[in-house]
Parts: sequence; C-alpha cells; structure tokens
Amino acid sequence: MKTMPMVWGLRMRHRLARGATHLTLIVFGVVFLAPLVWMVSTSLKPDTQLIAFPPQWIPRPAIWRNYYDAWVPNNFSVYLKNTLTITILTVVGQTISASMAAYGFARLRFPGRDVLFGVVLGTMMMPGVVTLVPRYLLFLRLGWVDTFLPLIIPYFFGGSYLYIFLLRQFFRSIPSDLSDAAKIDGCSEFGIFRRIVLPLSKPAMTTVLIFSFVGSWNDFTEPLIYLNTESKRTLTLALRDFIVVSQHLTQYQYLMAVSVITILPIIVLFFFGQSYFIRGVTMTGIKG
Amino acid sequence: MRDDGRGRSPARRMGVDGMKLHGMSRATLNEALTGYLFILPWLLGFVVFVFGPLLAGLYYSFTDYAIGSPPVWIGIENYLTVTRDALVGKSLFNTFYYAAIAVPIGIMASLAVAMLLNSGIRGLSVYRTACYIPSIVPTIASVALMMWILHGRFGLINQLLEMVGIIGPGWLTDPKWTKVSLIIWALWTSGGTTMVILLAGLQGIPAGLYEVAEIDGANPWNKFRFVTVPMLSPTIFFCLVMAVIGSFQIFAPALILGSLSADTYWVPSGGPLDSLLFMVLYVYQNGFYFFKMGYASALAWVLFVIVMILTLMQFLLARRWVYYEYEAL
Repeated sequence: MKTMPMVWGLRMRHRLARGATHLTLIVFGVVFLAPLVWMVSTSLKPDTQLIAFPPQWIPRPAIWRNYYDAWVPNNFSVYLKNTLTITILTVVGQTISASMAAYGFARLRFPGRDVLFGVVLGTMMMPGVVTLVPRYLLFLRLGWVDTFLPLIIPYFFGGSYLYIFLLRQFFRSIPSDLSDAAKIDGCSEFGIFRRIVLPLSKPAMTTVLIFSFVGSWNDFTEPLIYLNTESKRTLTLALRDFIVVSQHLTQYQYLMAVSVITILPIIVLFFFGQSYFIRGVTMTGIKG
Repeated sequence: MRDDGRGRSPARRMGVDGMKLHGMSRATLNEALTGYLFILPWLLGFVVFVFGPLLAGLYYSFTDYAIGSPPVWIGIENYLTVTRDALVGKSLFNTFYYAAIAVPIGIMASLAVAMLLNSGIRGLSVYRTACYIPSIVPTIASVALMMWILHGRFGLINQLLEMVGIIGPGWLTDPKWTKVSLIIWALWTSGGTTMVILLAGLQGIPAGLYEVAEIDGANPWNKFRFVTVPMLSPTIFFCLVMAVIGSFQIFAPALILGSLSADTYWVPSGGPLDSLLFMVLYVYQNGFYFFKMGYASALAWVLFVIVMILTLMQFLLARRWVYYEYEAL
C-alpha cells in the first residue's frame, strides 16, 4: 500500500481543511445575505432596470426618491407612529410583568409555586392558534376590537412566557446572601426586587427589552385580526396591503423600499446590541 | 401592641407573635403572600387571556357559532365534519409535508454550519451575524422579498437560472413548487437562530473530551458520533421540539402567498390548488373569513391535540437518545 506523499504533510492538510471551511462559510454567508442586498438594490432601481437581464446588482443611477415616493403617498408615517406606540407600550408592559413573575418564581416560596411554573413552561409549548378565535371573541365582547388594546394589555399581564422563563433563570443565579442582608436591614421584598435584583440584572433585562421590541415590531397575526381601520394599521399590515397591490402593478422597487424601511430599525438595534441577541437566543437553547 | 409597620397579618391580629398559623410561621406566610402578589399580574393574565380562552375554545368547538347570533350547541357535529372535510386532509398533508422536510434539513444544515464555525476559525461573529440576520427580519418583509426573488418571470432566481440555460419553474404559482419555496424561505429565516443555539451548545462541550477520544484513537467520525452527538443531544432535542411546534404554526407566508393567486386580493385562499393551505391558515379562513367560529375552534383543537401528541412522542423517544450528563453518575 502506497503511503501518502510527503508533500501532503499534516500542516498542509490542516491548511486545506481550514481553507475549505472558510470557503463553505463564505458561500453560506453570501447566500444568506444576498437576498437582503438584492432587496436594497431593487429599492433603488429606476423602472427600466427593474427587470433587466442579466440581473443588475448595482442600480445606475440610484433613485433615492423611490423611498420618498413609496412612503409619503401611502401614508406610512401614520403606520410608523402606530407601530411605535404599540411596540413601546408592549415592551414596557412585558418587561414589568415578566420580571415580577420571574422574581416571584425565582426567589420566593409559596404553595403551588412549582406547579404554577410548570404551567408557565407548558404554555410556552402551546400553539397560539388554539386561543386565537376565543381571544378575538373576548375582545369583541369587551369592545376592544379595532383598537390597540388587545395588542398591548395582555403584555402587562405576562405576555410572552419565554421571558418569565429566562428572567427566572437569571434571578436564581443572584446569591441569596444579598437579599438576606437586605432583609435583615428591614427591606421589603419589593425593595429587594427594585434595588438589588433589578440593577444586577441589567444584561438579562436588556435582552428581554430588545427581544420583546423585535417581537412586537415584527408581529403580523395579532394586528391582522384586531386592526380593521386603515388609519390604525401597523407597518407589517401596511406592508401586506402593499404586497397585494404591487403584485399586480409590478412596482417592486417601491415594495422593496418600504420593506427596507420596516427592517431598518431592527437591523440598527441588532448592530448596537448584537451580544444581547446572541445571548438571548443562546440562553433559550441551553436552558431549554 | 407594637406595630412593626408591616400591616396586620392574621397571626398578629390574633394577638399571636411568632407562633405558627396553620403550621406556617408568620414569616413564611408573609413570603407566600408576597410571592402571590408578584405573580399576580401573570396569574390574572393567564386566567383571562390563556386558560379562559382555551376552555372557551373547547366549548365553542361543540357549537355552531356565527358572529352576531349566539352559539348553538351541536355536540360533536363539528368534529365529524372535520373527518369528512377534504380540505382538512389537504391542510394536514401540507403541514406534515412541510414539517417533515423543513425540520430535519434545517437542523442538519444548522448543525453543519455550527460545527464549521466551531473549528476555531477567525471571523466567527461575521459569519454568525450573516446567518442570523434573516431571522430577525419581519416576516412580512421577508415574504415580500421572497415574492420578488422567486417571481416566475423576473425574479432573481429564475434570471440566474436563465443565465445557465435553465428555465426556472413558477416557484409561487406552480402547486408542485409552492411548498418547496416555502421550505426554502423557512430555512433562510430560521436557520440562523438554530445555528446560534447549536453553536453555543457545541462551545459548551469540554475540549478535554475530544482529546481523550483522540488518545483512544478516534477518527473525526468517531469523535462526532461518540462525543459531539451525545453531549449536544439536549440542545438538539430542544431545537427539534421547538422546530416542530413552530412548523405547525406557519401562517403569515401561507396567507400572503396564498392570496396572491386569488381573484380578489383579500381572500385568504390556500394558494394554487390549495397547495399552501396549512392548518393555521385553514383555522383563520373559517374563523375570520367564513365566520364559522365553532368549526374554527374545533379545527384549532384538533391541531392542538396533534401538536401535543407529537411533542409527547418526542419526549418519550428522548429517553432513548438524549444524554444528560448527570445520568452517568
């Protein structure tokens, strides 16, 4: 049996392997990012280059006015305002209610605590569709349909249970010596929560803040069901209307422009808080 | 009596100080009450917005309920209709087809990429960012993008194919290809998240284990099979469970892509030949387009039970292949 030629030494093989790895990863990276690049590229194209063949990646010239033409006549500023309102209120409610519940589950003892937390876990795996219709009927009876209320109020009462789970994990890791010392000094449980646990939990709380922002900003199904009046729509709803309309007019540059604007805040948030995104996703998976 | 400023607990009011009430000391009782207070918002929300609607939905599923008139009890009629409804079979087929393909491919591909990233190369966060960003893009925006890229005549994909002489299919108009397009979209938007989770799991595997395996003469495949897979199995299991649950809830892309082929814009149709009719979409159709709330509730519960059974099966199977470190002790 022939031995391997000395040329393919160990170091060489390692370099090849590393090169192949990089190549594969570059391909993946390009494939994943290319659609987004195409989106921006399309948004800046004049009509003539839209369906040019072969495909042009860099529009010449770049029509920045497309953004104005897509946004202003179609009233998107109103939708932006709506989305911001709903999202900010949702984030506030979510953070407060989730952190309170997590604190209770993490650091206080009360009968039925573990059973109730089991309920939290179980609900996390429940498909949302099974409460879709009854919740709508509930809000219908309350007269809250076609208002922002169904999109905000539930988040003040727990909202997305994933955050309760995450925060509880984190709160548990804070040494009890700190709260014991505070208790001896006469601090109430709520005081401990406010003055010791929360300040120590800034990374985890920021993660919850960011994720609930993204979750609310990107939400489609709930606004779809509850917001009927055109002026109350959120960006995601408006985008959907735009899709349906533009498909028949093939004015894709405007559709892409509006899509880019919708994505932009999220991307910006990501670049400022990248570590929070990664940490949040990781915490979910590892503790799961 | 001294007032300690904490209000009058039952023990206090009874004039008992430091003695036990129902076997609990006053401090424990206080802690319990505080605990309930902290979880009160959640508890209220759970009862009103989750548990209540869950039960209400069950009730409605046994009724004929059109908005505007009160629900009429019809027993198991809705469930019988479910068994006879051809569209239910179609939507179950679509949903299972999609889940059965998207989930395994997604996890395997994400794992492969995660392992590549874990091999100690530079620029890890750049690659990771590139794969993750599509995950945080709003669904509607990514659907709009997909519509444009997969456009039958002018989309990027078909143009690229044309450049090498292949006539691309109607990705979103041909019933044979619609689900494939959706699977591609799903891999693009959720692959990143899965990959990040798996990468974190890989990074948590002690390097010492690999070294020991090498000393024992393990080749790369052995290392993968006997170190990586067992140590990563809890993470893989988690990704699997969440992926299955998620894939059964697919809605927005199906709704939007489906309505494109309808004659009027706003009809939530199920796509060409109902090829994109997924379970959640069918529930939505019945509840919010046909306003058959009772039937929609029955459909939702059928889906709920199916997902629960699948999740349970996964948990039971997990005993066979998921390895938790403390079991070795």
